[in-house]
Amino acid sequence: MSDIVVETHAVTKTLGSGAARVEALKDVSMTLRAGELTLLMGPSGSGKTTLLLILGCMLTPTAGEVRLCGTPTAGANTEDLARIRREHVGFVFQSYHLFPTLTAAENVQLALDVRGDRDRTARERACAALGQVGLAHKIRSYPRELSGGEQQRVAIARAIVANPSLILADEPTAALDGRNGQGIMKLLAENAHQRGRAVMVVTHDPRVMPFADRIIEIEDGRLTHEQPGGAKRVRLPKATAFGA
Amino acid sequence: MALQFTLASRNLFQDRLRFVATMIGIVFSVVLVMVQMGLFLGFGRMVTTMIDHADADLWIVPRGAKCFEDPSLLDLRNRDRAMAVDGVADAVPLVIGFADWRLKSGEMTPIFVVGADLRDKTLQPWNVVEGKADSLSAQGAVAADRSYFGRLGISGLNSTAQIRGHDVKVAALTDGIRSFTTTPYVFVDLRRARNYTGIPAQKASHIIVRLAPAADVERVRQGLQAFSSDIEVLTPEQFRDRSRSFWLFGTGAGAALFAGALLGLIVGTVIVAQTLYSSTKDHLNEFATLRAMGSSNQYIYRVIIHQALLNAVIGFVIAGVIGAMVVQATAKSALPIVITPTLVGGLLLLTVVMCVVSAIAAIARVTRIDPAVVFTR
Repeated sequence: MSDIVVETHAVTKTLGSGAARVEALKDVSMTLRAGELTLLMGPSGSGKTTLLLILGCMLTPTAGEVRLCGTPTAGANTEDLARIRREHVGFVFQSYHLFPTLTAAENVQLALDVRGDRDRTARERACAALGQVGLAHKIRSYPRELSGGEQQRVAIARAIVANPSLILADEPTAALDGRNGQGIMKLLAENAHQRGRAVMVVTHDPRVMPFADRIIEIEDGRLTHEQPGGAKRVRLPKATAFGA
Repeated sequence: MALQFTLASRNLFQDRLRFVATMIGIVFSVVLVMVQMGLFLGFGRMVTTMIDHADADLWIVPRGAKCFEDPSLLDLRNRDRAMAVDGVADAVPLVIGFADWRLKSGEMTPIFVVGADLRDKTLQPWNVVEGKADSLSAQGAVAADRSYFGRLGISGLNSTAQIRGHDVKVAALTDGIRSFTTTPYVFVDLRRARNYTGIPAQKASHIIVRLAPAADVERVRQGLQAFSSDIEVLTPEQFRDRSRSFWLFGTGAGAALFAGALLGLIVGTVIVAQTLYSSTKDHLNEFATLRAMGSSNQYIYRVIIHQALLNAVIGFVIAGVIGAMVVQATAKSALPIVITPTLVGGLLLLTVVMCVVSAIAAIARVTRIDPAVVFTR
């Protein structure tokens, strides 16, 4: 059994107030383990992003508990949450969010810089991470000089360079063609299986399912199904918690 | 190079139009403050130029005299009393005042007569470039500055004119003795200064006191002050301060200069704040990404502060070059702009403070940033 990296228990998240009040997550319990790639799938507005934000310590739950690498996030202020993110989490965004004025190597190095890793090896580590994603020859290229697939690879290098326990990817293949999408998923799966990270990918794209160890579905703020990657889906009772 | 600095500098130079606008704002502001403060310093020096060039240990002036040019008179018997005070080596009367200078063409122009006893050499024309200061003892001899040729209708040594109906001849020419008013200084012998200004023989404008070696200035000053309540005895520094205070603040000229400098500062701050804010707004997505990556708020503030400091340094260098040209251009004018190392240091500090203060709005904006926005864009 893999180690638990993230654990949620009965998480509820309410957004807005008054008439605009929405319960985005309802009683969500789940775990993400090291060495596993988990897909989170669901229709628009189902609560995927809210769950991703809570797992990534960008939001705190209204109720329930989240533990990231054993650290509870309850009561943490924004700076505490930022510290937890930079110590444990790497993000891959749908729109890459690379810095247009920085080279590929500088973009990757930035993830080390925000952690205070500014020694001479920082640059070497950034280049090594780019090498891992197959972009050793593009370290001096600016994002505008890279294809969409290459930009997403830089984003993955940035997410992994600081050696996080958890990688959260939001629709990482949405803006890519099939071949590039497969390449990106292969990289994320490698990071889970060979480097022992917990990887969660939020996606609508059924083509990525073969890469998953687990597939979790969410609907109306509740986790509804879980299946092993490629296995037959199992219907779960609405209030049942996934996980440990 | 630190990555924060790299990010700041590239953000700054990415939008060249905005960068140019920022530079215009900073340069305008710094040059305006520099000119205003340079004028202030120049004015401050100009109003004390006679005091600065007098060989005086103490000045006896009429009570309440506001400046060197003050028209009040004191009794010449004070000179004899001063000579009796222990520690006084010499007490030399000075006669100053306005007079009319009649050009050869018959036109009249006002002048400011400075009359001292030439044998005592207490206040002689300096920077004499033609003729000799000693020649002022000759009948009708005067010294004038060559920057006033046009004004006085003269062309050089031996030019003639009339002061108060007395024939005068230019016997010495100086360079750079300019008045902060438009009235030229004309140096003459003490006796003839009385004729030209109408000041009677038993009166004087000021008395310059020179002390015996090893005399205690303060003790002599108190001794001199004791013998009359109609006079004041001032050290050169006190007289300078009083003159500066009168011309700069008593007349409102200094306040006007300071107001101009303050205006420049406000305009500069507003322009830099606006451009920095709009730059930050344009890069909000990047700052949100940084925040999502776990950067502290401090890290982001430092990027913005680096940007502000870069603005300050580049703007200051450009302003410095322009300032140097302005100083050069005004060096021979009636009111030269004076830039001292202290002023340069102060301006650099002011520019940095202005740019950093301008960053506050931008910092306040990123403080409210929600890293979650990177998932919705």
